[in-house]
Order: sequence, then structure tokens, then C-alpha cells
Amino acid sequence: MNDLTPDREERSAGLKGLGCSRKRVEDARFTQGKGNYVDDVKLPGMLHGDFVRSPYAHARVVSVNKDAALALDGVVAVLTAEDLAPLNLHWMPTLAGDKQMVLADGKVLFQGQEVAFVVARDRYVAADAVELVEVEYEELPVITDPFESLKSDVVLREDLAGQTEGPHGPRKHHNHIFTWEQGDETATNQVLDGAEVVATESMYYHRTHPCPLETCGSVASMDKVNGKLTLWGTFQAPHVVRTVASLLSGIEEHNIRVISPDIGGGFGNKVGVYPGYVCSIVASIVTGQPVKWVEDRMENLMSTAFARDYWMTGKIAATKEGKITGLHCHVTADHGGFDACADPTKFPAGFMNICTGSYDIPVAYLGVDGVYTNKAPGGVSYRCSFRVTEAVYFIERMIEVLAIELNMDAAELRRINFIKKEQFPYQSALGWEYDSGDYHTAWDKALKTVDYEGLRKEQADRVEAFKRGETRKLMGVGLSFFTEIVGAGPVKNCDILGMGMFDSCEIRIHPTGSAVARLGTISQGQGHATTFAQILASEIGLSADSITIEEGDTDTAPYGLGTYGSRSTPVAGAAAAMAGRKIRAKAQMIAAYLLEVHDDDVEFDVDRFAVKGAPERFKTMKDIAYAAYNQAIPGLEPGLEAVSYYDPPNMTYPFGAYVCVMDIDVDTGVPEIRRFYALDDCGTRINPMIIEGQVHGGLTEALAVALGQEISYDKMGNVKTGTLMDFFLPTAWEVPNYETDYTVTPSPHHPIGAKGVGESPHVGGVPCFSNAVQDAFRAFGLRHTNMPHDHWRIWQTANDLGLHE
Amino acid sequence: MIPAAFDYYRPKDVEGVIALLQEHGDDARVMAGGHSLIPMMKLRMAEVPHLIDLQDIAALKGIAIDGDTITIGAMVTQHELINHDGLSAAAPILSEAALQIADPQVRYMGTVGGNIANGDPGNDMPGLMQCLDAQIELLGPEGTRKVAAREYYEAAYMTDREDDEVLISVRFAAPTGGYSYEKQKRKIGDYATAAAAVQITKAEGKVATASIAMTNLSDVPVWSEDAGDALVGTTCDTEAMKAAVAAMLGDIDPTEDNRGPVAFKRHVAGIILTRAITRAWDRA
Repeated sequence: MNDLTPDREERSAGLKGLGCSRKRVEDARFTQGKGNYVDDVKLPGMLHGDFVRSPYAHARVVSVNKDAALALDGVVAVLTAEDLAPLNLHWMPTLAGDKQMVLADGKVLFQGQEVAFVVARDRYVAADAVELVEVEYEELPVITDPFESLKSDVVLREDLAGQTEGPHGPRKHHNHIFTWEQGDETATNQVLDGAEVVATESMYYHRTHPCPLETCGSVASMDKVNGKLTLWGTFQAPHVVRTVASLLSGIEEHNIRVISPDIGGGFGNKVGVYPGYVCSIVASIVTGQPVKWVEDRMENLMSTAFARDYWMTGKIAATKEGKITGLHCHVTADHGGFDACADPTKFPAGFMNICTGSYDIPVAYLGVDGVYTNKAPGGVSYRCSFRVTEAVYFIERMIEVLAIELNMDAAELRRINFIKKEQFPYQSALGWEYDSGDYHTAWDKALKTVDYEGLRKEQADRVEAFKRGETRKLMGVGLSFFTEIVGAGPVKNCDILGMGMFDSCEIRIHPTGSAVARLGTISQGQGHATTFAQILASEIGLSADSITIEEGDTDTAPYGLGTYGSRSTPVAGAAAAMAGRKIRAKAQMIAAYLLEVHDDDVEFDVDRFAVKGAPERFKTMKDIAYAAYNQAIPGLEPGLEAVSYYDPPNMTYPFGAYVCVMDIDVDTGVPEIRRFYALDDCGTRINPMIIEGQVHGGLTEALAVALGQEISYDKMGNVKTGTLMDFFLPTAWEVPNYETDYTVTPSPHHPIGAKGVGESPHVGGVPCFSNAVQDAFRAFGLRHTNMPHDHWRIWQTANDLGLHE
Repeated sequence: MIPAAFDYYRPKDVEGVIALLQEHGDDARVMAGGHSLIPMMKLRMAEVPHLIDLQDIAALKGIAIDGDTITIGAMVTQHELINHDGLSAAAPILSEAALQIADPQVRYMGTVGGNIANGDPGNDMPGLMQCLDAQIELLGPEGTRKVAAREYYEAAYMTDREDDEVLISVRFAAPTGGYSYEKQKRKIGDYATAAAAVQITKAEGKVATASIAMTNLSDVPVWSEDAGDALVGTTCDTEAMKAAVAAMLGDIDPTEDNRGPVAFKRHVAGIILTRAITRAWDRA
């Protein structure tokens, strides 16, 4: 070694491993229009599919006349449920244990439901043919309200008539799907009955939609010569799609190759299986030619999976001093026409039982009733782990309502109820074991940074000025403290259609010291090719720039459960670290052999193994990789490869403290976000720049949901928000500046201590924006008002409080 | 979002347009920037077997300021309105309004003529042209004729223009005094929840003239003569503004949509007009 020898820090920096704000390797192609999305897949002889969809929310399909469509030049086929029935593909199973019509089988249950699938040589001809398919409907009474549904004589799901038992237990009514209960209701009610203070509130978390920039689509190509089916699609879980496709079609799984190419955002929308996927497969099998189906924006908003639509009622008990003693939550969940929620099998309401939040609540109860209505199916986790946004919104609103009830500061109320650092691992009343946390430190840091006391003083002054008529703007200080539950999950209690929710990484080191790693997840914009390479770089001592990450091709990637619920880093990231450690273990043996010492006498040092006590004697990982291929090493197989299937022992529990300062124009209902501070603790930070980007994105989707983004229906079941004119998708113009901050509380059970972050800002952001709006009116007696807080609803709140006199 | 098949024409002069319109009658439509028509075609709400693109017609382009008369060609884009130096000085309300239309990408394509001609109650230019008392110039088989913007709109998407006529320009006297275009919208790219165009002149400390037009608060733009009259002769004090708002509220007829219920829209219309008058008076 000499002066030119890089020191340890320089060598470490050269790896671009953990903690490095490495630029995203994906961006070169994304920013130059060189991505390869499903709609970019073009195959010789490819046909195009398009749907005839129901204009009615509830109707009997009396007849479908295909003649005029089939007569159009270029039309190859028109498929209806009748055509799919012999293959038993007119219905398909949902992830929630229900079944769903692929094409209308006798009736339709929501506006936009798929009725017939037209296949044509040209996309334009397909669209023309859709117009020519004549469908005769007989309208039926429409139910868009779940409470009305539970009282109605109208049977929505005639196929389930007489079935009193569903996949999740007894059904109480013909439009009822399930009841899911967690915790101890008797004990909770006892606490509520004897409590010094009880705050009760009902709230509606409106229906919205993930609305990724790229809509859903697929290209199916059945090769009748070799019997192989290749399926490109917008799949957040390609391996699960392969298994489902095999089970449904009867094609052996090794003969199916599923490819998720570049995906333009998922946010939960691309977890489920849609009729379009099935129809493109069937059409390719029938025609022997590749068939593409890509939905347009209106189809995406109207028919593919929605999110939320939870009617929640809470009761929270506390002492006069504000110590929470119990929590009761009931949810009426509107699932639409079919139960197509994308949750682990045993969790029909996802992880809604994280609704005790970040607080030490000794006794709690959660009951959820799922209900059918004439709305689109879905119920996906829109930028959150399963139903966690609903849970966090619920508890963060209940805390605010309790603070009003107690006439107490909401920040202080949170502080005195937080789970304390020394209580971790913490067993919650509703069954979770929180892995780690330091809530008080995060909260204090957040409040200090924003000068919380100063904000409250300014707010009080503003209220006085308003009352004196000097201003028409009120000020809201929105608080939220959230705990996510991500990284599903332990195979012992989490599965999707029977597949345990492990994940995987396979790594292969090339002789010259570069590598390819394949994982069971699939990036939809999260930057996996960047961050997973960083995890591996730190584990195996090769530069992240020398490691290619591949995902999404089931012929090459190891089996995994995909990317959603912030599970990539907690599960696949852990698998990557574990696979890297296997590489390192073999590398250690090779190094010891090359250095002619015992295995235990060498130690790993950033990018090399060195003899203990003699750091000048070392072999770099590049040296070791070459040796693995170019010489016989006694007792070792040639090559340097490893695979890890990681079954996490627990979920991870990222948390964060957010503050939003908002000015609200009482006369127009226009909110203006003056400041937004977000402190996230996602454990070990892999790439701070990507974390910051994730936080910005999640907060922006939170702003959207809180301030206007909804899927709404009229009484006839017509979708009122079917285009981006009415469905709020914020642009740079509507988005405030975000201040990001962090603390680091590693997960004790994750190999590198990381917890996942992609969804935290959405989970914490929605209640923060909503609380800011509601807090502005607290001084005038507002207790709770439902989202979305768009202009007219804010104006209505002000109006109801008599502020427009 | 796939339109039905159509024939596409790109004539070089207006005579060619008129000939095509006469040949194809109802089956033909002219297209300026296409931001209203193309989505309608893609949604198959408008069937246009013959689409006539106006973009190659030089005569429809350009902004002319001749003394105190301003003429704007139908194919002038919103972007050009914003970036035209002479126009920004002669009629600053135009760029103030255009900057509140959609986003830069849309403004590069969206035209004054298309915005005015279509009769879409959500468009901003019709109300603005009524405020400025513009004359709309139409060319048909019989030659040109002029219609006052205040007379042009009959109902949503229904105007005084005949099917074989093309809007070729708008002309108005350069406004004097104070101006304001005030618009509330839910987000960039949205139509107005309520918008107000106001021009005020001042003489001896009092309002000499006032012209007020409202957008997206009826099925047509609303030029409220009574609202303007309520200000004339006053010092634009609170009482005068209240009277103007009351007069305006008598002229509008908003309907409920996703932007909100009627009561909200009427309230906001009053607020927006008050703010517009206040700013215009400050500038007068």
C-alpha cells in the first residue's frame, strides 16, 4: 500500500452502497422515452381487443347480438360469457375468495362492467366494432349505498343466493359478504361504559382510485406449436399471475411465461387480475395469434380496482387527563359488485387492525362488515399496505376528536399516549407485534422544527383577527403521527391465493467481478434496479454500478410475491442481503485458500477479504470472483452464485411525524398549503434521494385524496368522475414545497434494518392534510367533516358553521 | 378513446374551407387547436366524417393593432396572446385571462377562434370578448358578416354561426382604464368554478364606465349590463360592489356539477366578482 491506495472510506464510497444517494439507473431510459411498457410490445400478426361495457349499474343482459360487429371487415371474433363458459373462464376467482364475472353472465353489477370482448386486426376496427355489438338490457334497481344494500330485498349476487356461509364466515344478508372481528368487544365495551370520557365519531373515507399514469393492459401470445403461452402485462405480482393463469387455463405452469416489462406506476391498481387479462389469453388461444388489450383512462377509472370506500364509526375512551383506555371501531366496507379486494387471504379487511395506531391502547375491538353494491369491484391498497391508510386516518381523526372532547392540545394528547421506546417490541391489543420505534423523539423533533407553539399562537391570533373582521382566512395546523405495517409477510399468516408471502433473490457473480441479481418483485417506478444493487454492493463488496438487477420475467426470476404494500425492501431487500451473505461466505473460503490461511483468519473489509491483523494481505472481491471460475479450489464447487428465499419473521413498522400548515379562504373554500413538514423513520436508509422522491410522491397522492380525488356515483350508479377533468390528479402547480426529515430506528429483525418507505407518506399524509383543514375550523365548533376537502365542501363547512354571515 | 374514421383536410385558404363546408354540410367540422373537438371525437360524442384543419391558413393568423382597434385572427394561440408585446400593452386583460387557461402545453395549441366559436360555456374567451364588446367576424358563402360577442351565444354549444360559416377573427376597441380577469378553478386545466372579466374607466374619482362578464355560470357567457351600471357614478365603494354583485346574481343561472352545488357557485361568483372589481378599480 502507498499514498495512492484508496483508504477505507474511499473504497466504501466507490461501492455506492447503503446510504448513497446514487442516481437512478432507470432514469436514462425513462427520461428519454426509451422505456418498454406493455403497450410498446408489438408482435407479428398481433390482434387487438376492446370491451363492450355496460352503461347500466345493474341490469339483466337479455341478449347480445354480434352479427353487425362480426360483419365488419377486420373483426376476428366477439367473445361473450357464453363463449367462455365451455372453458369455465366466464367467471374467475378473486384474491378475496370471491369470484368475479369475466364477461357478463346474465347480468351486470356495475357501470363499465365487461360484457363482450371484440378482437380485430386493428385497434381502430376493434373500437368501431364495439359500437356495433347490440346488447339488450333490462334495467334493475340500483344500490350504491352499503347501508341501503343491507336492508334491500334486491339480490345483487344471484349466483350466491342461499349461500349463508362465505369464504370469511357467515353472511348475515344476501348482500352481505363477511364480518371480520379482531380484539375483545366485551372488554372494550366494559371500558367504554366505565370511562371518564368517551368520544364518538362517524366518518366516511370516500372511494378513490390509484390512477397510475400507465393504465392496465396485457399482450397474450399462445404458441400452438410448442404449447407455450407468453403473457406481457401490467402485473405487480407476475409470478402469482403465472400460477393463477395455469390454474385457470389448465396450461402447465412451466409452459407459461409472464413478463412484467416497465410499469408506469401501480399504487395497488395492478395487483389484481382483470377480465382484460383473461380475455386476451382466451382470445390468443382461440385465434392462435397474439392479442393485445390496453384499457383507456376512462376504463381504468371506472372499472379497474378502486381504493377505500370505508364507513367507519369509532368510540374512544380516555381518562380526564387524556390517557386512552380503549378503542372501538366498526367499519361498513363497500366492496362493489364483487369482492375483489387485494389482501392476504386471511385478512378480508387487510391490516385494518393496525387502527390502534401509534398509541398504547390496552383494549380494543375492530369489526368490519363487507357489503355488495352496484359499484366497481376492487378495494386495493392505494399506495399503502393493506387498508392501512383507512386505519391511520381513523385513529388520527379519533385522536383529534378526543382532543376536542377533552379540550386539550392534540399534539400533547398524542405525546401522552405514544407507545414508549422501551415498550418495543410492542404487542398491540389487536394482535400485532410492533418491531421497533422511538415515537417521542420523532414527535419532539417535528414539533420543534416547525415551532409548534409559535404556530398555535399565530393561529389563535388569526382567529381573533377573523372575528374582528380583519381577515377572511383561517389557519389550520394539521398533525399526524402514523405507524405503518408493511412487508407482508410471514408465511405463517400471510398468503395470496395460497402462495406464502416470502420473496426471493438470486445472484450470480461473473468471473470479472460484475453480477446479475434477479428478484421476485417488480419495480413500478420505485427504483429497484438502483436500490437493490446498493444493498448487494454493501453486502458483497462489488460496486452497485457493476450489478444488474432484473425483475419481472418469470422464466428467469425466482418465485416471489411481487411489489405492493411496501414489501419490496422489507422482504425482497432482505432476500438480497441474505443471498449476498451466502456469496460472501463462499468468497471467504476462496479468499482464505488464495491467501493460504484458515477461513477464520480472514475478515471482510468493504470490498475485500484481508488477513486479520495484516490488512496489506488481501484479495478483493474481484480477485475472488475470478478465482471462483479459473482455478480448482479443494472442497469448493466452481462458480459464485447464491439464492435466498426470505420468509420474514415479522412485519416492519415504519413511522413518521407530519405537520401541515394551511390557510383557508373561508369565502371560496380554497385551501393554501403554506408549509408541509414530513419526518419519516423507515429504519436503515438505503438511498436518501430515492426516499425523498418516494416521500414527495406519496405526499402528493395524499394531498390528492384529502383535497378532492374521488370516484363518485350518482343514484343511478353512473360514475361522475370518470375523466381527469373531474378526477383530481395534482400537477406541480397544486403541490406545495415539502420539507423532509428523518430519524433512524432500524428494524431489529430485518437483515439490514430497513423498513420500507414508499407508502408511509401517503398513509401519514392523508390525515395530516385532512386534519389541517378541520383544525382551521376547530375554534368555530367543527368536530369532524368528511373528505375530500374540495372547494365546495370546505365552503359548505364554513357555511354550516355560520361563517358567511 | 379511439375516434371513428374520418377524412382529413388541410386547405391553404378560407375559400377552400368554405367549399369543403358547402360540399359536406353537417358532416364537416373545422378544427382550430383541436382541444375541444378531438376529445369529443375520441369519446365518439362528436362524429365528424370530414375534419377540416385550419392550421395552414395564414390569413387566420396574426394580431393587428391599428390605432385603437385590435384584430385577432382566429388561429392565434393563447400562447401568442400572452407573449405579444403590443397586445399586452394595448389590452392587458387578454394575457391575464390567457394565463389562467389550462397549462402551457394546451396554450401552445389552443386558439382564440376555437375558444370563442365553440360555444362551450366553460371557455374563458367568450365572456372576455363580451366584456370587451368584441365583434366576431364570420365568413360564409355569401361573404363576411359581423356579430357582437354579446349576441353570439344562444345556448351551450349553440351559437349564431351557421354550419357553413367560419369564425375568422375578433375585433374590439383597445380598452382603457382598469381591468381584471379573476378565476377560481379546482386545478390547472379545469374550467372555472366562477370567473369574472371586468373593465372599468374612471373619471373624476368615479366610475365612468364598467363592463362585467361572467364565465361558466350559465349555459352561455353572461355579460351583466346591470352589474356594470350599478358601478357607474360610484366610487366603487362596498355598497356599489354589493349592488353590482346583486345585479350579476340576477343574470347568472349556474347548475350543480362536480365543482359544487348552486348555492356555492352563486356565493363564489359574488366573491370572484368583488375581487375582480376591486383589482380593476385599483388599476383604473
